[in-house]
Amino acid sequence: MNIKRVKPIIIKEFRQIRRDKRSLGVLLVFPAFLVLLIGYALNFDVKHISVAVFDQDKTQSSREFVRSFSNSEYFDFNYSVQSYEEIDKLLDEGKVLVVFVIPTNFSKELLAGRDAKLQILVDGSNSNTATTAIGYSNAIVQAYSMRIALETLARSGKELYVPIDLHPKVWYNPELISAKFLVPGLIGFILMLSAVVSTSLSVVREKERGTMDQMMVSPLKTGEIILGKTISYLIIALVASVLVLLIGYFFFDISIRGSIIWLYVGIFIFLLAALGQGLLISAISHTQQVAFIISVFSTLLPALILSGFVFPIRSMPIALQVISNVTPPKFFLIVIRDVILKGVGPAAFWEQLVYMGIFAAVTLGLSTRLLLKRAN
Amino acid sequence: MSQLAIEVNEITKMFGNFTAVDKVSFGVKQGEIFGFLGANGAGKSTTIRMLIGLLEPTSGQAKVGGYDVKTQTDLLKKNIGYMSQKFSLYEDMTVEENIHFYGGVYGLSKEKVKERKKWVLEMAGLQGRDKSLTKTLSGGWKQRLALGCAILHEPKILFLDEPTSGVDPVSRRNFWDLINELSSQGVTILVTTHYLDEAEYCNNIILINAGRLIAQGSPKELKTEHITFPILEVETDNVVTALELLRTQPWVVEISVFGTYLHVGVSELDLGKNAIRLTLATKGIQIQRIEQIVPSLEDVFLHLLEQDMKKVAA
Repeated sequence: MNIKRVKPIIIKEFRQIRRDKRSLGVLLVFPAFLVLLIGYALNFDVKHISVAVFDQDKTQSSREFVRSFSNSEYFDFNYSVQSYEEIDKLLDEGKVLVVFVIPTNFSKELLAGRDAKLQILVDGSNSNTATTAIGYSNAIVQAYSMRIALETLARSGKELYVPIDLHPKVWYNPELISAKFLVPGLIGFILMLSAVVSTSLSVVREKERGTMDQMMVSPLKTGEIILGKTISYLIIALVASVLVLLIGYFFFDISIRGSIIWLYVGIFIFLLAALGQGLLISAISHTQQVAFIISVFSTLLPALILSGFVFPIRSMPIALQVISNVTPPKFFLIVIRDVILKGVGPAAFWEQLVYMGIFAAVTLGLSTRLLLKRAN
Repeated sequence: MSQLAIEVNEITKMFGNFTAVDKVSFGVKQGEIFGFLGANGAGKSTTIRMLIGLLEPTSGQAKVGGYDVKTQTDLLKKNIGYMSQKFSLYEDMTVEENIHFYGGVYGLSKEKVKERKKWVLEMAGLQGRDKSLTKTLSGGWKQRLALGCAILHEPKILFLDEPTSGVDPVSRRNFWDLINELSSQGVTILVTTHYLDEAEYCNNIILINAGRLIAQGSPKELKTEHITFPILEVETDNVVTALELLRTQPWVVEISVFGTYLHVGVSELDLGKNAIRLTLATKGIQIQRIEQIVPSLEDVFLHLLEQDMKKVAA
């Protein structure tokens, strides 16, 4: 290994990347753009649910009850309807997700101290949103009922006894904003994709043009070629990661709670693993098309499905949990969430760093060997 | 006996069950231009790739510049130059950047690169175009730049794998002038080609077919040693029918089409001439011209390939 021979490769890589606007875009702009786009599009928070009210009671207390809902940001009362036919139409057309039907005797029953009935119709075609909407409704109705019960008891001179009073306190992401959970995962997912695609293409391009042979005939060692490529793309991917983190900070209010140094230790090892995978793919593919397809399939699907980015790994079948270990984003996600959201130190995630380090060492080593043997 | 720059001894390469190169042996003298001929897929590139350390031979030995191609690849690579038909340049870099890259890879000093750059630009006729992107250059320029990059480090042995494919005739001619110049400076050159006119420039030639060496010698030796019968060039108004008629005659040793002429090898000169006239006259085919020619390398190789095919079939 001779560093003096690695330098010309690095200079060459940067010249080529600078001239090739498309790959520069894929490497730098594309990750930041995707984080911005997906960060906004991929939102699991259920807010501003469109609601219709069918108030058959039309009394002061029924209006008061409706107001208790409209005070929250979860529901938007967009429609006030007068018949079930109208409800059908609104639900069918998807204009509302939830309809509250207040029966004619609502306030009478309340005043009489009997159970008042309230009907909620929910569009269940999106089960996730429907469940959340029912949950919100439940909470608000309960709070409202509690208030009435308190008032009634107060009038009779008694105090309410609540057996268990729950006081939830949410750590790390107190507002439970899904972007805070998703964007760090997205960073891993996108950096993986762009790093693997760009490195694999860069090596296969050299094979196609014959410049790989030309380098192999020179005194350059395979390891030096791999090192030159790795260093170049590592530097660029690190710059891309800074851009992505800035997007997270400015657009999604995600600040790094933990140590930025440890975050970068994680990113560094993770990128090495990603570059290793890219180089391994390039060692086994002969055309850029093949390399591109393998790169996309081997990163996109595992990084999306098996990394814990969207779907929790713990709730997967055991077989999938085992398979999930093949994708570096799985380990990186734990590191980045630990550092960014929890602000914890390496004691919590050193194992992930070791896993990624092993992945990087195996893929880089294997691709060096394969490139060397390739011709034979 | 002068020292051999390249010594190949029964070198063999198998890909699975397929024998790409079958016990090929030859020697290349220092400073000579050595032609390596054969059809596409005959095993030329595979042999070269073994000699430059890109492929490991399955069996046999070879020494290039005194270095064993199996065990001394590091030393070997420092002392050879290689240029392939792909003109392995970085198209998205400038002429100068390509030169700097290859100079850096071979570990040349800054001063040396500067000196060699001047030389390459001059040799390739690229003065003033050093800042041009390589992809904007024509085939001939790319070819000469690729050669320049392959010999930046001034190797004593140069391997050229079909260096003239895909360039115009003028550039081919210029390229051979460069090769001759290098050879006169003492550089040993092994060149593969399937242009037989180019083979005439070589001091020595080997011909391989289906991975086996079937002939070697100087162009002159090959022409005189292998073809012992006279060859007549026949110009007629109907080449196809004439070929069909003559092919089956017992006194025709060999027959092949060269452009619009026939080359007919006959067992005896005067007898052959008359027999051809008579045979063609029976079908009313006019003969414009019939004369004996000195066999070209093409005649020789077609003859040798035919012999080889007969041998394999037998």
